[in-house]
Amino acid sequence: MQFTTRRRLVATSLTIALGATGLAACGSGDDDQEAGGPVSLTYWAWAPGMDKVADIWNATEGKKQQIKVTVKKQASGDDLVTKIITAAKAKKAPDLVQAEYQALPTLVSNDVLADISGEVKGAEGEFAPGVWQQTTLGTDAVYAVPQDSGPMMFYYREDLFEQYGLTVPTTWDEFAQTARALKKKDPSKALTTFSSNDSGLFAGLAQQAGAQWWTTEGESWKVGIDDAATKKVAEFWGGLVKDGSIDNQPMYTPSWNKALNTGKQIAWVSAVWAPGTLTTAAPQTKGKWAMAPLPQWSKGERKTGSWGGSSTAVTNDSAHKKAAARFATWLNTDSAALAALVKEGGIYPAATSAQTGGALSEAPAYFSNQPDFFTTAAEVAKTAAPSAWGPNVNVAYTQFRDSFAQAAKNKSDFTAALGAMQEATVSDLKKQGFEVTG
Amino acid sequence: MTAVTTRRTAPAAGTTPGTAQGPPRRAPRDGRRIAWVPTMALLIGAAYCLLPVAWIVVAATKSGRELFSTFTFLPGTGFTANIADLSAYRDGVYWRWMLNSLFYAGFGALLSTAVSALSGYALAVYRFRGRETIFNVLLAGVLMPPVILAVPQYLLMAKADMADSYLSVLLPLILSPYGVYLARIYAAASVPADVVEAGRMDGGGEWRIFRSVALPMMLPGLVTVFLFQFVAVWNNFLLPYIMLGDDQKFPVTLGLYTLLQQGSNTPALYTLVITGALLAVVPLIALFLVIQRFWSLDLLSGAVKS
Repeated sequence: MQFTTRRRLVATSLTIALGATGLAACGSGDDDQEAGGPVSLTYWAWAPGMDKVADIWNATEGKKQQIKVTVKKQASGDDLVTKIITAAKAKKAPDLVQAEYQALPTLVSNDVLADISGEVKGAEGEFAPGVWQQTTLGTDAVYAVPQDSGPMMFYYREDLFEQYGLTVPTTWDEFAQTARALKKKDPSKALTTFSSNDSGLFAGLAQQAGAQWWTTEGESWKVGIDDAATKKVAEFWGGLVKDGSIDNQPMYTPSWNKALNTGKQIAWVSAVWAPGTLTTAAPQTKGKWAMAPLPQWSKGERKTGSWGGSSTAVTNDSAHKKAAARFATWLNTDSAALAALVKEGGIYPAATSAQTGGALSEAPAYFSNQPDFFTTAAEVAKTAAPSAWGPNVNVAYTQFRDSFAQAAKNKSDFTAALGAMQEATVSDLKKQGFEVTG
Repeated sequence: MTAVTTRRTAPAAGTTPGTAQGPPRRAPRDGRRIAWVPTMALLIGAAYCLLPVAWIVVAATKSGRELFSTFTFLPGTGFTANIADLSAYRDGVYWRWMLNSLFYAGFGALLSTAVSALSGYALAVYRFRGRETIFNVLLAGVLMPPVILAVPQYLLMAKADMADSYLSVLLPLILSPYGVYLARIYAAASVPADVVEAGRMDGGGEWRIFRSVALPMMLPGLVTVFLFQFVAVWNNFLLPYIMLGDDQKFPVTLGLYTLLQQGSNTPALYTLVITGALLAVVPLIALFLVIQRFWSLDLLSGAVKS
């Protein structure tokens, strides 16, 4: 009996092994069989309601072209990038992925994303140049189609600003004065906080100041995290934290929600998606907030940074890249698709034509007191500064959280924290085998 | 487990700390003094473990509006609405995740216990060449955090074309070094060599001896292994996170994570996640309550003498 069991075991494991090789052989079939038969694509995305938008495609355009898209909902974040890269290592990545702009260089340098310039070149005109540039990484290739963007803005409690006799700051100098004026009038309040838990905010502020964190020079990378522009931003916020003009507690915590809800903090530097966050964080202050363009570094300038935003990319593992690229283009440029994305996913579309009118003709319910919310937002979106991402944004971001959390807590030197961020990023790039100059 | 702990510590906190377990009034009569330091340490420990649970219980009753605005431990009014919202979210996918978790944890723990029982028994009872080496390798496996194995396991599964399937999560769980280790220790302690020898004298085959004689003796130990595995799989995050791409196959841990991380432009669904987390603890509590009685067997399972 023992003997037969063992033999069966050997036989089964052999079958499994043989089966695996057989399947592996099938998997590496030829690239694009466009002509033949219906195509089925999988799409990893995190935006809410993306499956419903895909259903629209499957019922209309997709039906005509015999391309069916299935959405597999994922959790967003840096971990998803790792997961996609791991899947690509095993040649099992889905056909389409939703990817944040800052993740694109990481994915490209790991050879995950396909160049779809041939299929999507025509879509370039639909987007602001600063947004489109993020999907090309400054090359002739196109690695993704922009989906949503996060132009940054200044949000403030209109009623409390009036109560304390404050004016909306148009420059960062005025911003600092406003913070100090508020502290003088009511020491228990703070204009806002410097948060170390979301690196995207700091990156966006640095972009506005003109920072270029990753650039290429020929074959090598140049890291400019501690460039003059970013230093200026770090010193500015470090100074405000140090003299106690603003709070130093992180965002998105229950106590931060409470501070917004009870008016302990009366402003927030955020992006176009803030209404959604405020709806859950500060439900009792609905209708009391207003949005204004971000304060500027010099008077009369009109610039903003970007915080958040993502794109739709096609992977190298896809056996139907052309079909996938066609879906990605439809998803982010077709008016019906964009309307559904806005309605179901609550995104702020990157396509300029969709930024006003349609689903965005009315202000978000939370901002019913500011009927021109999206008209203003579209104006701000046009002024987004270009961003420059590199292949190890995740490392820089992790280091930001570590060293700036310390610096904010101890109210110590922000430039030293910035130096640590630069150093960690450069040494990681070198460790990964990239050439680094400067 | 939590419910039990609460019941036991609750009276202790009020009147006579430290004597809740034994007959309550004996300690003072014996003239023994209550050991305040250990008692306080234990009470602080209990509070430390129970406060988050209490928070989850209270927070699950709050509506989105109340969650961050009312006093932390003041119950809210939205419990039923929260459950209804959670069940309605994406056509009840939460309950699918719960079923998935039950399958992964229940079936996985059962298989893993069976493997642990067999190998633990073999390691404890038979003497064969390489036995200690195998055991030492297992010990090394106990020290190895499963986290670092997740990616290699994924690559292996992908090679066998089994990634993103129920099996891909189930298979790596079956061999648990800790389970085998526990089973061996337990078998060595509870199955005396004399009993096995007696079985052989009576003409029982090895399989029969294992099944009819050793297995019942090992049962309390195996229950422990089962529980450990069940809890470990139920709480497992990284392995399914890497293995699974299809959200219809997610266990509840992963599913709740997708509710939290919806991208920067969408707020996290805190109320749903909190309610979901609370409901996800219920099966664990139920399991502990049901399985507790098996542990009392431990006292009855005498060896050869007595």
